[in-house]
This record gives sequence, structure tokens and C-alpha cells, in this order.
Amino acid sequence: MLKIENLQVEIDGQEIVKGLDLEVGKGEIHAIMGPNGSGKSTLANVLMGHPRYEVTGGSITFQGEDVFELEPDERAKLGMFLAFQYPSEVPGVSVANFLRTAVNSVREEELSAMEMYRLIQDKMKIMQMDPRFAERYLNEGFSGGEKKRNEILQMLMLEPTLAIMDETDSGLDIDALQVVAKGVNELRGSDFSAVIITHYQRILRYIEPDHVHVMLDGRLVTSGGKELALDLEDKGYEWVRQEFGASAELGKG
Amino acid sequence: MPEDRTIQELGLDEYKFGFHDPEEYFFKTPRKGIDPEIVAMISKHKNEPEWMLEFRLKALESFFEKPTPTWGGDLSEMDFDEIYYYIRPMENQGRTWDDVPDDIKNTFEKLGIPQAERDSLAGVGAQYESEVVYHSLKEEWEKSGVVFMDMDGGLREHEDLVREYFGTIIPPDDNKFAALNSAVWSGGSFVYVPPGVHIDIPLQAYFRINAENMGQFERTLIIADEGSYVHYIEGCTAPTYTTNSLHSAVVELIAKPGARIRYSTIQNWSHNTYNLVTKRGAAYENSTIEWVDGNLGSKLTMKYPAVYLLGEGARGEILSVAYAGDGQHQDAGGKVVHAAPNTSSLITSKSISKGTGRSTYRGLLKVHEGAVNSKSRVECDALLLDENARTDTYPYIEIEEKKVNTEHEATVSKVGEDQLFYLMSRGLSEEEAMAMVVNGFIEPIAKELPLEYAIELNRLIQLEMEGSVG
Repeated sequence: MLKIENLQVEIDGQEIVKGLDLEVGKGEIHAIMGPNGSGKSTLANVLMGHPRYEVTGGSITFQGEDVFELEPDERAKLGMFLAFQYPSEVPGVSVANFLRTAVNSVREEELSAMEMYRLIQDKMKIMQMDPRFAERYLNEGFSGGEKKRNEILQMLMLEPTLAIMDETDSGLDIDALQVVAKGVNELRGSDFSAVIITHYQRILRYIEPDHVHVMLDGRLVTSGGKELALDLEDKGYEWVRQEFGASAELGKG
Repeated sequence: MPEDRTIQELGLDEYKFGFHDPEEYFFKTPRKGIDPEIVAMISKHKNEPEWMLEFRLKALESFFEKPTPTWGGDLSEMDFDEIYYYIRPMENQGRTWDDVPDDIKNTFEKLGIPQAERDSLAGVGAQYESEVVYHSLKEEWEKSGVVFMDMDGGLREHEDLVREYFGTIIPPDDNKFAALNSAVWSGGSFVYVPPGVHIDIPLQAYFRINAENMGQFERTLIIADEGSYVHYIEGCTAPTYTTNSLHSAVVELIAKPGARIRYSTIQNWSHNTYNLVTKRGAAYENSTIEWVDGNLGSKLTMKYPAVYLLGEGARGEILSVAYAGDGQHQDAGGKVVHAAPNTSSLITSKSISKGTGRSTYRGLLKVHEGAVNSKSRVECDALLLDENARTDTYPYIEIEEKKVNTEHEATVSKVGEDQLFYLMSRGLSEEEAMAMVVNGFIEPIAKELPLEYAIELNRLIQLEMEGSVG
């Protein structure tokens, strides 16, 4: 359903993603692990269409469509979702108002006020959130954990077919991490795929990936099953660098 | 047989508007420009008492003496000789729907305003059905001694009250435009609330929009007697269409001890209008005056609602929101004068600028010696929607008393790329995302308005942002 071929991305003239290939099938959960600066977040932002990144080569198709032809809102309507690492604050806009607008936009139909209220309450319950949370202004004054829960809440509301999670686990304590994982597992099924971008394998204890990829210097340098994540934890990124760094440098051409 | 004669035969269709209305509804000054003769003509036409004529003539002298202010927006193209200073509504009604500019029509369309109401708002209709609603409310108010009528009616029926307070809060020589209004004023509202009376439903000038309220030089006087409460809502959110290019109103509020007045305005002038308004309230002991002021449209708006805190424990609050689109300058803000101990004030100003639009916050905070333990907070936030938009802040602060607590905070923010991307990633188009950020920005003010006005304010700003309004 998602196919990335030889993707190359620059920001401010600097090449960040240097020829990346990835294929994600229906119902699959992929983890992309990598050290800081390997280009993971750039990949996440490019998938959703952040205007600051310049795609200089390659292609991305989702559900058979060329995503470079689509604005971020069109990608959302097609079923893509990005859980942000640093979601923006929008003062004066309540979480409830935002969720209502987002759900109605993505579904392209209007839910009644009652249906919407119930939907919000149900999903907040799964995320173990206080109902009063819905009245707060979007991300304003939220703790790190609240922001991440709020991202997953949005994912549950929008029911995407592909979720990209950009370091959703970073900065979470173990309880929050479990709640976030619960939210993701809630959607898990044959119609839901995910790309989980992370620095640590910790989250993968709760969300079991089908495939694990290691990203280094703008490329996926090795792939495997969930055991690769455990290997990585034992040996560290230094091992990856020694093992794959040289070839990555060579490939730079 | 009279039944057989048609209206066409009688030639009455030519006068179909005049037919139903008494002759006095059809009046216009014979020429453009202003002089004592014109002023006298207006006063005579209204059958005013002698003292009002003198008041007007004296004000006219002040108008001639005072130079056009140069400290604010650009008034250099303002031509006082090209304006009709007095047109009764009948003249407006002579217009037809076809005369109303397309941009105004489109806005009505988009706001979903019914045709009957549109006619009235555009000054082409005869009657507005809400008159009926207004009349039933009026009966209730009258039972408790509340007076709510147009200013001309107030002068006729409550001359003593008007004579006591008219022009006392904003004297005719206060500034050039207050002087002009004092000389040629017409319409506006007169409100008196007796001691201890709380009016639960806001008084809405909207209901009687046809009764000359939305004139170019309206004059409003509101007196809230001891311990009373009134919320007055002026104008409406649909664009106010006028063939004249100058709107210059004066609004005076008097809150007697323990009273509270809230005055809410959302105005949306057509884009060729100079909107130069003087608004001021006097707050006595333990009273409260609140201005909620929304400014859209116009070419240039200069408006700084003021509260003079004259009695101990008085409180003033000014909430102002302005939207400046292409070619517009919104020069708005607020003034508070602390002249008594233990008084408090809050000014919150929010401006949005887009394209070549420019918004200015201009405010004055003055604390007189002896106004001990006064507290004041000024907060002005500007939001820029793109690179070219401009905002300036001129906060004047004069403090003569040491034992006071004042805070001032100003922020300028831009709608960020990350913010838009975040909202768009949730299915909102770029325009919808922008509108959401803007609506959030003005939320602190919108929530102070009755719901239907808040919704319309949001929709109007959205329309302006789409550029679908003139």
C-alpha cells in the first residue's frame, strides 16, 4: 500500500535522505530505528508532505497514488496519518473543536453533535484521558506525555489506514508508553499499517513489529524481523555504524 | 369606481417607497459640505429645542478650528466638502437592491441572511420583521422603566435627562470628529436603566436597524443608574453599506455607583469608509464599564474606546479585535484613566493583518496621583498572516502615582508553517487551517459575545480572509 523508491530529500540545500527504499503492505507494522540525525524524522515529515523539505529524487506511492501530487490534507483524506514528535500549539482552539473539524474533514461527512461527543468520549477512555481534557486548548501547556496521548487520540478518531509515528515513545514514562501502545494496538488489524520511527526498541515490546529496519545516514542499511530490534539494543548503534557505516559512505558516490 | 383604478393609473408606483411613509421621512440637505446654515437646517428639520441648535453650532466652530489629526492613520484624502451631512433613511430606501455593490451582496449570500433582512441591512428595504420582536421586548422594558429609543426620540421624550448628560462625557471640542458628530449627529440610541434594574436580554440596536441607527453620524448615550445592569449590542456583523465615505459616531456611557454597562460592537464597514469613532464611558464608585469592540472592513478605522474610572473601586475593561486586509488600516486600541483609588482595568487587544493590511495598537494608560492601589493590565497581541502584513504598537503610559500595579505585555506572532502543516495533516485545507488559527486567536474576545455574534464574527473573518469581500 505504501511504496518508497530511491527517495532523496534535502533541507536548506543539505541532503538528508539519500536513496531510501521501503515497501509497507496492508496490515503490516514496520519499525524504523536509527540514531539521532539519521534522517528518520525527515522521512516522517516528507511522507506527510511538510513544505520545508525538498524532494530531489525518487517516488512515494500510497494506495497507488503519487503522494507528491497531493497536499497534506489530501494525503490525510486518503488514509495517511502522522503522529508528530513535536505537535504545534494552537491557542484558543479546544481539543474537542479540533477533533470535530478533523474528523469531519477526513471523513468528508458531518457527524451529528451527539455522535461526535460519544466518539470523543469513547476514544478518550481508551487513552485514559480525563473528559475535561477535551476543553483544553490544543497542545497549549500540555506536558510531553499529554501531547503524545493527544496524538494517538487523534489517530483513533481518524482511523487511518497508514500511521506514521515519529518518535511517539520519546520522553514517555512506562505507564504513558503502555497507554500509547494500547491505542495503536486498538487499531491493529488487516486494514491498518504503521511505520513506527524510534530511537529505542522499548516501544516495540508493546507494539510488536512485523519488520524492523535500521536507518543510518539517510538510508535503510539493514532489515529484519523483530529480533533485529533486540540485537540492536544489545549491540548499540555503534555496531551498526561499524557494520554498515562504511558501505553507506561508499554508496554516497 | 375607485376599485377599478389601478396604481399605475394613479402614477403611485413611481412613488412606491414614499407612498407608505410620511413626507418627513424624505429629507436630505440640499448640498454637500457643511456650514452653519446646513446645521441649522438639520436642527430645524428635527424640531429640536433651541439649546440643541446652540450646542450644534458651537460644536461646528470647534470642528472648523481643530486641525485634522496627523498622529494616527492617513486622513489626507479625506474631503469634508464632498459629504452629505444629513440624509434621512427614506433617501436610502430610494435605492434598489441592484444598486448594492456585488461584494456586499456576496457577503449577505455567504452569511445566509434572509432577503428581507438583507434589504434592510443594505438600506434598501422598508421594514424589518424583527421590529415585531423588538416591540414586544420594548413593552417589557417599559414596565420596569427602561428607556430604549433612538436618540432623536430620546431628545423629544426625555429632554431633561438628555440635556443633563449629552456631551458631558465627550465634549464637542474633545477632538475634530467628536466636534463634527456633535454638529450634525442624527440617530443612534438613547438608553436609561433605572436604579437596581438588571436587563437580562441584551439591548440590540440590530432590531431596529432601519430606525436610523446606522447613520453616518449616530450618537448614543447610555445611562445606567445605581446598581443597574445593561448589555448593549450595537450594529450587526453584516457589512454596513453606505454611499458616504465617512462614519463618525460618538458614544457616551455613564455607569453610576454599582452599575455595570457592557457595550458590544461588531462592525464591518464597506472598504471605502473612514470609520472615526469616539467612545468613552465614565465609571463611578464600584461600577464597571466593559467595551467589546470588533472592527472589520473600512479603509481606515481610528477607534479607542475609553473608560474614565472616576469613583473608588470602579473597573474598566476593553476587549478589542481588528482585522486589516489588503489596503486597510485598523488603528484601534483603548484608553483607561484611573482617577480614583482601588480602581482596576484590563485592556486586551487582538489584531490580525493580512496582505498589505496594517494594524496598529494605540493605547493610553493614565494613573492620576492619588489613585492608590490601582491595578492595570494591558495585553496586545498581533497575528500576521503573511510576510507583507504590518503591525505597530503605541502604548502610552502616564503614571503619576507610586502605589500602583501596572503590567504591559505585547506579542507578535505569525501563522507558522509548522502550525499549518499540523492542521492540514488532519484533513483541513490550507484556508481552513488558517481560519482555525485565526479563530483560536480571537477566541478570548469571541467568547465574550453572545453565541450568534461570535459565530458570525468567525464567519466574517473567514470570508474576509478568502478575499471574497470587496
